[in-house]
Amino acid sequence: MQNLAMHIANGIIDGPVAAAFGAVALFGLAICLARGRGDLDDRLAPLAGLVAAFIFAVQMLNFPIFTAAVSGHLLGGTLAAILVGPWVGALCVSVVLIVQALVFADGGVTALGLNITNMALIGTAAGYLMVVLLLRVLPRTNTGLAVTAFVAALVGVLAASMGFVAEFALGGAVDLGNSISILAGTMAGTHLFIGIGEGLITAVTVLAVARTRPDLVYALRKLPAKTPAKLVVPAGGVT
Amino acid sequence: MKRCDVNRCHVKKKTGWFIVGGLLVALLLAGFVSNFASADPDGLDSAALEGCTVDDGGNITGGTCIAQGGKDHELLDSPLADYGLRGIDNAFLSTGLSGVLGVLLTFGIGGGIFWLARRGKHAAPSADENADVAENVEPSVHAESR
Repeated sequence: MQNLAMHIANGIIDGPVAAAFGAVALFGLAICLARGRGDLDDRLAPLAGLVAAFIFAVQMLNFPIFTAAVSGHLLGGTLAAILVGPWVGALCVSVVLIVQALVFADGGVTALGLNITNMALIGTAAGYLMVVLLLRVLPRTNTGLAVTAFVAALVGVLAASMGFVAEFALGGAVDLGNSISILAGTMAGTHLFIGIGEGLITAVTVLAVARTRPDLVYALRKLPAKTPAKLVVPAGGVT
Repeated sequence: MKRCDVNRCHVKKKTGWFIVGGLLVALLLAGFVSNFASADPDGLDSAALEGCTVDDGGNITGGTCIAQGGKDHELLDSPLADYGLRGIDNAFLSTGLSGVLGVLLTFGIGGGIFWLARRGKHAAPSADENADVAENVEPSVHAESR
């Protein structure tokens, strides 16, 4: 465990662009808080705290991706969105990123807006949209739920990694002298494998929760099944 | 049995145990398993180092890469900087303790914010219909908890 910096550091993206994404992040979090309050009740609040703590823990577990001397770690947006909903889920990831930046010196404080935009907002949004889509077409079985979690998490990671590429294109501090598409290719290549790891962790975790407490899985609770029989969803959602 | 109705208490208790169990898993992962994590740079870091040569200590020795723009973190003096607890020489213990503290801190801050931001006992009634059925099987309880 030497250098464990995992997120965008200070100075990688120039000041004005970093500040602009700080504003984007603040705006996004304000929306998430406003919408998330509708979901937060006496039961979801401590559960969301647990989801944040769990994401913090698993983000420490860098796994090798085997194709190169490169590791990956959970981002957690899709996992959080499935368990506590997209709005509160994005807030969970943000809490993790803020604690990491302010206490663990991981991810620059001036880069917090960039990191929140990528992992909490873009990653969670892309992942949850995939969840909504896939739960509509896949059967409501353990397999269906696992496939949904896996694919959605993978897509979420790829989307988040492209967030960095866009930010670097807008305000990269170092002139690489080549086109941004090379960076995009590198990021997509590694994050495809990281996404597989993210997908596996997300699927295993969601299944574990769905088997013990299906009523605690937001996506099963709130998203209607293919058949409009509403009351069947929580009772027979996971078999 | 005292201030809330029986079934509500029952549900809370069960969810309480779920939270405790989940926290124990998180503490185990951050406090112990974290020591077996890969030390290779992650996807972002490795892309940032692409084009540069790096020595064993992780210092850039030449070339052109994204990471060269990087500046020091504002809070390198934090007692938990870089996922270690300052003053603990044993690396295994240092990483593990920083992970345990991080999990508790994240749960405390996150849980605290979410608890303060919550709407009350029940979220939006219309959207909560399914949740009620899920936690209380008996229909009479369902009616009661409204």
